[in-house]
This record gives sequence, structure tokens and C-alpha cells, in this order.
Amino acid sequence: MKIHEYQAKEILREYGIATPKGIACFSVDEAMNVARQLGGQLWVVKAQIYAGGRGKGGGVKVAHSLEEVRQHAGAILNMRLVTHQTGPEGQIVHRLLIEQGLQIEKEYYVGLVVDRRQQRVCLMASSEGGMDIEKVAAETPEKIHKVLIDPVAGLSEHEAYDIAQKIGIPNCAMQQAYELLRALYQIFDEKDASLVEINPLVLTVDNQLIALDAKMNFDDNALFRHLEIVELRDLDEEDPAEIEASKHELSYIPLDGNIGCLVNGAGLAMATMDIIKLYGGSPANFLDVGGGATAEKVTEAFKLMLRNPKLQAILVNIFGGIMKCDVIAQGVVDAARDVKLSVPLVVRLEGTNVELGKKILKESHLTIISADGMADAAEKVVAAANT
Amino acid sequence: MSILINQNTRVITQGITGKTGQFHTRACREYANGKLCFVAGVNPRKPGEDVEGIPVFATVKEAKQQTGATVSVIYVPPPFAAAAIDEAVEAELDLVICITEGIPVRDMIRTRYKMQNKKTRLVGPNCPGIITPDEIKIGIMPGYIHKKGRIGVVSRSGTLTYEAVAQLMALGLGQSTCIGIGGDPVNGLKHLDVLKLFNDDDETDAVLMVGEIGGSDEEDCALWVKDHMCKPVVGFIAGVTAPPGKRMGHAGAIISGGKGTAQEKLEVLESCGIQVTRNPAEMGKLLKSVL
Repeated sequence: MKIHEYQAKEILREYGIATPKGIACFSVDEAMNVARQLGGQLWVVKAQIYAGGRGKGGGVKVAHSLEEVRQHAGAILNMRLVTHQTGPEGQIVHRLLIEQGLQIEKEYYVGLVVDRRQQRVCLMASSEGGMDIEKVAAETPEKIHKVLIDPVAGLSEHEAYDIAQKIGIPNCAMQQAYELLRALYQIFDEKDASLVEINPLVLTVDNQLIALDAKMNFDDNALFRHLEIVELRDLDEEDPAEIEASKHELSYIPLDGNIGCLVNGAGLAMATMDIIKLYGGSPANFLDVGGGATAEKVTEAFKLMLRNPKLQAILVNIFGGIMKCDVIAQGVVDAARDVKLSVPLVVRLEGTNVELGKKILKESHLTIISADGMADAAEKVVAAANT
Repeated sequence: MSILINQNTRVITQGITGKTGQFHTRACREYANGKLCFVAGVNPRKPGEDVEGIPVFATVKEAKQQTGATVSVIYVPPPFAAAAIDEAVEAELDLVICITEGIPVRDMIRTRYKMQNKKTRLVGPNCPGIITPDEIKIGIMPGYIHKKGRIGVVSRSGTLTYEAVAQLMALGLGQSTCIGIGGDPVNGLKHLDVLKLFNDDDETDAVLMVGEIGGSDEEDCALWVKDHMCKPVVGFIAGVTAPPGKRMGHAGAIISGGKGTAQEKLEVLESCGIQVTRNPAEMGKLLKSVL
């Protein structure tokens, strides 16, 4: 799960990490009030969307007067912000963060992620703050310093000082850096984060270390013990179809194509998308109905796919194990009737009770195209989508 | 020989009194030698009871002592599953197979840390389990689709493994052992570990390796295969069409920072001499072609 920058900064402050003074707001009037309240002569107006690359997309502006705050807030609020992470459709900005501007001396990068290979949390830091860290990693990997953190001992004093020194934090800010890094790992650990990133971490002209930006993602599997994080969820940021899917415990991701796929199991679902592409078609979604799908779940899955106006055909690919093919077949038949299916439907069933399942499809008198094997299914659904 | 498990393996079910644990333990007992293999269950609140004749013990340690079992399978709910693994490791079992899906990564990091320098191997979590056809199945896969033979199968997913097995069966190829290592980012045995086992197994002639986007396990494995594997290996990687930044159902199946793409993995596999197919309908056919 992702959260907004301003929410992440609230968590940073809870753990004693300094951020610029700032307040989130939802309208231009509010933005003006906030700017007045913050005082000073320099403000930053920041679009609050989950995607990165906001600055380049025009979602972050510096204001030198209250009038400029008004102009920028007006321009950014409700804009369709397109960044390299949003895709071409962009994301509409509903929230702003107004912050006090700072006099910056130097920018750094610090981040925490899970290193899958080492099975540890990895602290990364670099002197190249503010940059796209993936680019730094690719072009000048020697400028990224890493520490794998011992899950029992945590980040040691020595490790924290060492990495701070390596990225060139001046001595006068060393104690601050040490406390910041320790707090950052504490957040990662205590909140079950999957990513915590400060880019840039800045040193101000008066030698204060301040988190100028903040990004946090959390482990979905651990949200059951973090209701305080769940509360931060912003439904505006999510695709309505994905929200609906999560209510029915379906794993659904919309894609650009026109062939809907309904599959049991994530691996098989990906492979089904791949084979559609291989046969010249284009998948409209990823949809895993999971191991224990019921007829109702299948019906909901059909409804989700049919929300997509581009949909030209549907492929159901089920390998029944625990899930019995006859149950799925009944679900497919009920769903096709219930939603008055208007696009061609190709069904490939394999596994437990497959004959019973095929019989149910046949006797339904619905125009269901039956397929044997994934290749046959892909060929048939691509042909159906093109007619 | 098969790998990891055979008809002589004796198994403890952790979480046997739950609905899932009961359902699958029943199915496992009905498969091949299952009746003899599944000898104990664990539930700290129900020691002395039994589940369809299988005695329930308070702890894994006690279950091991009383029955001689050396392997456990876990169906415990996600908030408690990592602790269940820890208990099996403490009891010094040889192998723990964790079926549970949805364990927090933080818990798994700690559990893997505690497993350092311990003898216990872990398969999973979030996996279908292991089957040595016509001998024993430990997990949730449909047993009847398998048949004893000489092909090893290793995969991160469940139903895609069944698909691979069905393709092998259609060509008359049975399996020595099939292992689902699970779709989580922090797990036990990796493709590499399983390939090493298959390489040393007299009853395995070739290996079908099914991977997916995310992480670098398949690449690590391929590099080892290149220099050490003396049996043919073929591969398929799911997720060529998966967009970056979107988690594809499995907690580990996500392309992050432009890393872990299917394309990249396929290229590494090929450069290490592993034949790959981009067509998931041709996994069986490709395997047969290298025999």
C-alpha cells in the first residue's frame, strides 16, 4: 500500500525526523491560508499523488509571493498530472502540500528496501540526492552505499556513522544523520514498510538535516496489524475497478488491451496474458480469482471485466485443483446469464471434474467457445476479439 | 530416489485442526502412501485429541519425539505462520513446507535469520507444496494429474505448475518430484537450491524450471546451471506482458526499479545455455525436445 508524501512526513515527524513546515490542503483558498500561516517569503506548492516524477510533470512549483501560491495552487489542483510513473492517462491532483521554502546547501539520498537475495532490509544512501536513484545506480553504482541490516540488532551506531561519512555528511551534522538513519530503520521495521525513501535529504545553509521529500510503501500482508496505516488509504488514487476487486478478494489489474482474462492462480494468469500477446492479441487485464473461487466470485469477476469499454472478448482459463471445474463452469454460466454477456467467451477448463464442467457449459445453450489447452484457447480468443 | 520427500517420509501437520489443514491432510492421506506418511498434527490448545485418527500434540518437538516424523507442513493462518516455522526449526526437523499465503515480509526476514546455521530446510511460504508422484504428496496440488517418472519440476506458482505437469503428462513424461517454491519475496529454497538437488538425484533426467517476474532467483540459478548442471534444464518465465510497478497477484511478482522483468530473465537463461520458450503452451514440448 502506498501513502502520500504529506502522510509519510507526518510519520517521519512522529519519529523525530525534521521536515519542512507544511500543511496539506484541498482548495486554493485553503492553500492561501496555509501559506499565510506558514509565513516567510518562499513556499513550495506540491501536488500530492502517489506517483513519482511530479516535479518534471509540473506538479511541484516554487512560489515567491502569496499571489504565486494562488497561481500555482490553482494550476496544480485538479490538473491531470502525467509523469513517467502515472502512464499517459496521468493522475488527477486532489490534494496539495504547501511547505515553507528552505535555503539548501547540499542534497543526499537515503532509502530502505528489502533485499530479496540477502533476505535483509537494505539501507541505501548516496551523495547524489535529488536525482533519479535508479539512474545513479545504473550509471555510477559506486556512488550508492549500502548496509544490510541485522534484523535482531538493528542498524548499529558504527554502520550509521560509517554510511553517513561515506556520502559526505559534514561532521557538524553527523549526530543528526545518525539519529535520522536509526529512526528511519525504526519506521521501516515498526510499520512493516516495504519502501521508505527520502530523496532528497537536504542539508540547509544553517546545517540542519531535513527530509525535503518522503515516500513510503507498506507490506499489504502486514496491514492487519497497522490500522493506522490503512486509515491513510486514498481511494482517489486507486482504479475504481481495483477497489471493487479488492472487496471481493479478487486480484485484478487493468491493462491496455481488449481481451479480458479470468484465471485461477497468479502464475497461470500471467502466462495467460503472455500467450494472448504471443498469438497477436492484447490482454485487457490481469485477474486471479484465487484458489477458493465460488460462483459469486466468478460473477463479480465478469462484472469487473465488463466495466472496460474496450473489451472485445473474454478468456476463462482454469486449471482446477482444489477448485473444481464444475463449480467454475456453473459460475461462468450463471455469470454469463446474469450480466447478459455481449462479447464472445472462450473457456478452457482442465483438472478436477473437467468433464462435468464441460458438460455444464455445453448444456447451458450459451454461445461459449470451448478450448482445449492454452494455445487453442489463445488462438480462439484472439480470433474472436478480431471479428 | 526423488528429492526431499519419498514414501518413507513421515509428516507432521501444523494447523491440522483448522478447516484448510483438515481438508488437505485428508486429500494427502488419500494419495499413494499418504495413510502411512501423515502421522501427527500440532495444536497447542488441543493436545491428546485426534483428527480422523491422526494424534494431535501440543508442540512440534513432542510430535517428532512421539512419531519420528522429520517433515512438517504448515496451514497456520498468516499472523502465526512464521512462528510455526520457527517452532519446526527449533525442533530440528529436516524440512518444513509452508503453504500459508500472506505472511508479512518482516516476519519472514526474522524467521530466515533464525534459520541461519540450522539444519532445517524451508519450502515456501505461499506455495502449493511438494509431490513425489505415486509415493507422497505434501501440499495442495491435485495428486492425480501426476505420474511417477524422471522429470523434475520447480516453479514459483501453483496452477502454472499443474499446467506444466499436464503438458508433460500429455507427452507421456512422468515426474521424479515437483516443487512449488512459492511466490513470496522472502522464502526458503530457491530455484538454485532445488536445481542442485535435482542435479544430484539419480532418478531425475531433466528439469523444467518455471519462473516469473520479480527478484533475481532465476538469474542466480541460471548462472549456476551454466557451470555445474550436468542434466538438461528448460525454462519458462511468466509475465512478459506484466507492466512495471504492478504486483501481479504474488507478493514477489513485481517489476521494481526496472529490474526483474521476464525479458531480462529469459535473456540470462538463454545466455547460460538454458533453452527457454516464450509460449506457456509449449513447456512440455520443449522439455521433451532436450531428452
